[in-house]
Amino acid sequence: MTIDWGIILESIPLLGHGVVVTLQVSALASVLGLVLGVVLGLCSLSHSRPLRLIVAGYVDFIRGTPLLIQIFLVFFALPALGIRFDEFWAGVVALSLNSAAFVAEVVRGGVGSIERGQSEAATAIGMRHRQILVYILLPQAYRQMVPPLTNELISLVKNSSLLSVISVYELTRAGQAIISVHFVPFEIYTLLAVYYYVLIKVLSWLSGRLERRLPTW
Amino acid sequence: MVTPVIQVQDLSKSFGDNSVLRRVSMDVATGETVVIIGASGSGKTTFLRCLNRLEEPSAGNVRLDGNPVMNSGSEKQIADQRSQFGFVFQRFNLFPHFSALDNVAIGPEKVRGMSKSDARALAAAELKRVHMSDHAMKRPVQLSGGQQQRVAIARALAMKPRVMLFDEPTSALDPELVQEVLDVMKELANGGMTMVVVTHEMNFAREVADRVIYMEDGRIAEEGPPEILFREPKSPGAQRFLRHLTHE
Repeated sequence: MTIDWGIILESIPLLGHGVVVTLQVSALASVLGLVLGVVLGLCSLSHSRPLRLIVAGYVDFIRGTPLLIQIFLVFFALPALGIRFDEFWAGVVALSLNSAAFVAEVVRGGVGSIERGQSEAATAIGMRHRQILVYILLPQAYRQMVPPLTNELISLVKNSSLLSVISVYELTRAGQAIISVHFVPFEIYTLLAVYYYVLIKVLSWLSGRLERRLPTW
Repeated sequence: MVTPVIQVQDLSKSFGDNSVLRRVSMDVATGETVVIIGASGSGKTTFLRCLNRLEEPSAGNVRLDGNPVMNSGSEKQIADQRSQFGFVFQRFNLFPHFSALDNVAIGPEKVRGMSKSDARALAAAELKRVHMSDHAMKRPVQLSGGQQQRVAIARALAMKPRVMLFDEPTSALDPELVQEVLDVMKELANGGMTMVVVTHEMNFAREVADRVIYMEDGRIAEEGPPEILFREPKSPGAQRFLRHLTHE
C-alpha cells in the first residue's frame, strides 16, 4: 500500500480543532467529576446509612453499565424527562457522571487508608465526623490519591472519543470527518492514535510532577 | 460533699467473649492525680478509653461533674461532652499536615467556634505552657517524640478540659525524651489539673500521684496512696508486679 503523506500533512492542523474540543470536554468533565466524586466519596464515608446506600448504588450502576450506554442515556433518554443538553454538554455530563463514580471510590479508599489514630485524636478533642473527614483525613489522603486519579483522568480522555457517536466534534469525530471525505482510514486512524498517545503522555508527566510536589507526611 | 469530677460505676467492657473490664468503680476528685498501673492486658487502656467513650462500654456508667456521659443525643452533644476530657495517646497522633500551632488551634476553632486568630492565640499560650513556643511553626515530622507528645498535651489542654487522661504517654519515647514529658505532666498536676494517668513510670507515680490504682484482669485489685501501695502492697498480684518492675 502507499501512504498518502499529503493528506497527513493537511490533516495535522485540521485535527487541531478536535484536540481543543477533546481537551475542553476532558477538562470540564474531570473538574466536575472530581468535585462530584469527592462529595460522593465523603458521603460514602458518612455515618448516614441511606446516604451510603445511595452512593453505593450509584457507583454500582456506573461500574455495571457501558459508558456508551450512559452517553446514550444522557443524550437520548434524559430529554424524554425534560432534561435536554446539546451534544457538547451531554458529553461533558455523561463523562462527569461516569468519572465521579470512580473518583468516589478513590476518595473512599484513600481516606479509609489513613491511620485510625488520626480520627481518634480528632474525635477526642470533640470534632465531629464530618469535620474529621474534611479537615483531618481528606488532606492527608491527597498524595496517595494522585496516581489513581491520574489513571481516571487518562481513562476519561480516552473515553471522550466515544462522544464522536453523538457528534461532539472532538478529536475522533474530526478524524472521521476527514476519512469520510478522502477515505484514508489507515493514515487518519494512525494519526489519531499518535495524537491520543501524546496527550496521555503529557498528562502522565504532569501528574508525576504534581505527585512529587505534594508533601509526604 | 463536693461532687467528684469523675464517677465511674460498674464499668464493664468485653470484646466478644473476652472481658477486658469487669465492673470497675472509682471516683476522681477535683485536682486529684490518679495513676493506674498494671501488666499489659489488665484493662488500663480500655478503662481510660471508656471514660471519654473512644470505646463504648458494655455496661456501667461514667459521670462527669455529676452528669452522665451520654451514648445518645445529637452528635454535637456527644462530641462536646467528649471534649471535656483531654486525651493524650501513647503514639501522640498529631495531625501531620498541620504545624504544631495549628494542631493545637484546630480544636478551639472547629469545636469551640473561636475565630482563627483567637484560636491561634490560645494555641500559642498552650504551647508556651508545655515549653514548645520555639517550635510552633514546625510540622510534627520535624519534632522529636518528646516534643510531639508535648504538643499533643497542649492540643488537649487547649480544649480547657475538666480532666486530662494520659494513655502511657511516654511508652513510645526514646528513654532520653521521657523526662521532658513527665516534667510537663508534673507541672500540670502541681497546677491543680485533675489527671488520670496510665503509665509504667513508677518514679512519676511515686512523686506525683495522689492515689495509685493497680489493675489486674479488668478489675481494680488494689488502690492507695503511692507511699503505702509501693512500700507494702497487699494483693499477691501487686506484690509480683512491683517486684518484677524493681528487678528490671
